Amino acid sequence: MHVIRGIRGTFQPFWVTLRNMFRKPVTIQYPEEKQQLPERYRARLILTRDPDGAERCVACHLCSAACPVDCISMQATEAEDGRRYAAWFRINFTRCIFCGLCTEACPTLAIQVTADFELAGRDLLKLVYEKEDLLVDHCGNNNSYNFYRQSGIGVAAPRGTNPGETPPADVKDLMP
Amino acid sequence: MSDMLVTLALILGKLLFIFGVVLFMAAYLVLAERKILGRMQLRYGPNRVGPFGLMQPLADVIKLLTKEDFVPARADKWLFLIAPGITAVTALLVFAVIPFGSPLEIFGRQVPLVVVDLNIGVLYFLGVSSMAVYGVVLGGWASNSKYSLLGGVRGLSQMVSYELSLGLSLVPVIMMARSFSLTDIVMAQQSIPFVLLNPVAFGVFFICVLAESNRIPFDLPEAENELVGGFHTEYSGMRFGLFFVGEYINMVVLGSLVTVFFLGGWNGPWLPPLLWFLFKVLAVCAMFIWIRASMPRLRYDQLMNLGWKILLPLSLVNILVTGAVLLGLG
Ligand code: SF4
Ligand code: SF4
Repeated sequence: MHVIRGIRGTFQPFWVTLRNMFRKPVTIQYPEEKQQLPERYRARLILTRDPDGAERCVACHLCSAACPVDCISMQATEAEDGRRYAAWFRINFTRCIFCGLCTEACPTLAIQVTADFELAGRDLLKLVYEKEDLLVDHCGNNNSYNFYRQSGIGVAAPRGTNPGETPPADVKDLMP
Repeated sequence: MSDMLVTLALILGKLLFIFGVVLFMAAYLVLAERKILGRMQLRYGPNRVGPFGLMQPLADVIKLLTKEDFVPARADKWLFLIAPGITAVTALLVFAVIPFGSPLEIFGRQVPLVVVDLNIGVLYFLGVSSMAVYGVVLGGWASNSKYSLLGGVRGLSQMVSYELSLGLSLVPVIMMARSFSLTDIVMAQQSIPFVLLNPVAFGVFFICVLAESNRIPFDLPEAENELVGGFHTEYSGMRFGLFFVGEYINMVVLGSLVTVFFLGGWNGPWLPPLLWFLFKVLAVCAMFIWIRASMPRLRYDQLMNLGWKILLPLSLVNILVTGAVLLGLG
């Protein structure tokens, strides 16, 4: 029994390799053929806009704090109407590891991942993306969320008038 | 005088021919091996450089030549530098006695298609091929690295154990051909190749040849998984390339030897002798590649057991049996 198994074990692999030789390889020939990527593939980051067309990012620095490789930096400023935004916003894609932690941290859904992974290049500085390169003209994967209309801050609309909000209580009414 | 010049020119011509063909074959064997291995593992193998990746060997050479030629700080410099050369050169030297075609008729004289038809060709082959291990051992020792040293030591002990059976498995061939000359051995196989007459000797010889070429399942001196790169761990650039090319030249040479000793050399119907020879050598090389794709590496004790406890007694018994049969037949 031992011997038979040994002999079988010696010759079977030859049959397996021979058979494989006449099968179609499973290789995807990359530049010509492309892989079907999963819908939630994590690659290049973008900064999205809210449904009203304004920038979502409020320059809260949460993404740069969450980033394990510290590749996000920005400068926060405030507009006339009290709206916070990033004066400049920079992601160094030579360091980014596409972990997606920044998107998890973002309270406004501003920073989001896309499936575009073809970032390779010879000039490293070209991989440092500025705000112009990051900012897109759509809402990304959420078409309805608008931070300023949820949080009770009277910037996009006066306080209490946003959907699902009750008007602020009149403190004088609450007297016993 | 002019007679001598013509002889000299013919020898030079044959040398150049062999040199060119063997190097060309070695280069494309690398490609063929990578492609066949790839297909056997459901990959394509190299197919980017030139049509079907046919320029890959050239790209490899350019890459190897432009890499840094690094010598480790505490290495034994001279030995380290010449070791790869030993491997490649000894492999090429063996080809001097291999007859690769039936004698040709050029300028009205018989030209044997072999560089020198030594009457002790078999002994020459055994002597030179065991020198090849010096490349492995010296390279491994001179690198001053534990992995290289282990690889070199393994190579040496493997060579010692298999060289014996290699030589002994050729004794029946010599007895059947009644000559040490490789040309005579091929001539003796005109009607029926020795592989059919003495399959045991063929089996032992083939296994020993595999061990001699340091290829899977006997690639213990390299053993990427345990020894990084074995004896060539510390080598880079073209010196590594020489080891690599040496291995493939060795493959061609050993393939030719299997052909000469057992597969009937250039003998074959219909096709020209040279083509038959080439075809048989390529078939043996393809077998090497197929084996590499299919077998795991032997463990060290298994290697030694196989060599000393199975192959050696087997080839000794085979010699006795062959001798008895030859005597019986008269
Ligand atoms: S994906 Fe990860 S590494 Fe890249 S910017 Fe976001 S947090 Fe940093
Ligand atoms: S992208 Fe999101 S987390 Fe980062 S600063 Fe802007 S709002 Fe904050």
